[in-house]
Amino acid sequence: MSAIADPKAPRAPRARPARLTTRGNTELYGWVFMRASGVILLVLIFGHLFVNLVAGEGVKAIDFGFVAGKWASPFWQVWDLLMLWLAMIHGTNGVRTIVNDYAERDGLRLALKCLLYLAFMVVVVLGTLVIFTFDPCPTGAPADLLPSFCTA
Amino acid sequence: MSAAPDAPVKRKAPAGTLYRGREGMWSWVAHRVTGVAIFFFLLVHVLDTALVRISPEDYNSVIGTYKNPIMGLGEAGLVAAIVFHAFNGIRIILVDFWAKGPRYQRLMLWIVLGLFVVTMAGFLPRHLMHVFGGE
Repeated sequence: MSAIADPKAPRAPRARPARLTTRGNTELYGWVFMRASGVILLVLIFGHLFVNLVAGEGVKAIDFGFVAGKWASPFWQVWDLLMLWLAMIHGTNGVRTIVNDYAERDGLRLALKCLLYLAFMVVVVLGTLVIFTFDPCPTGAPADLLPSFCTA
Repeated sequence: MSAAPDAPVKRKAPAGTLYRGREGMWSWVAHRVTGVAIFFFLLVHVLDTALVRISPEDYNSVIGTYKNPIMGLGEAGLVAAIVFHAFNGIRIILVDFWAKGPRYQRLMLWIVLGLFVVTMAGFLPRHLMHVFGGE
């Protein structure tokens, strides 16, 4: 029995796959974001649902004039912008988690996440542009479809 | 037809764990299902609202197709999903950050379901009156 190494000798470091190494705290920040944005979204979305579905005439009253009336005020512009961004980041991160959990094939997982991030970009950019470039009184539109302040 | 309590051989799934098949697991499943449903609605909702940028007529005609009883029931389901996801989300936060949260997670789920019933009882009659024109 000659060549047995000292059993107490430190084991040679084994090469580990790259994703087991610590690369920043991105997932921790994501976890915190889900909780922080969730609380804010509860307030924003319950307020949104109350004003649009419960107060006044509810869904029946929703038309161009209703939306234009709301977005004439910076208060609702900021409200809806915050809701759009927070909900899209919160929702995209949630779906990302689910894709990571269930899409086991590497190619499928990559494809689904690319699709997800594309949808995120399109919806957030489109929604933001709509809130900020919206004209409540477009020229040439029939006056009865517009909010009352357009004719005043 | 439950077997005699001292016949664990017949059990196939590892029953009796704290989590699997119990309130903790099913609330987690419901949180995922409602979350995905709300996310897909959100994508559609931003797209349809973006029609205000095209013209009042286009927006009103698309929103008009939503104003029928089937979509009205769909909205009720959407609100139900949002209310559950919101209250259960608060429960998750309490489980994570409140020292006694994990111990009371099951009780908190029943509180979530109680608040869900109360909120929906406040919302549904009014919404269904709007949808079915009873007002």
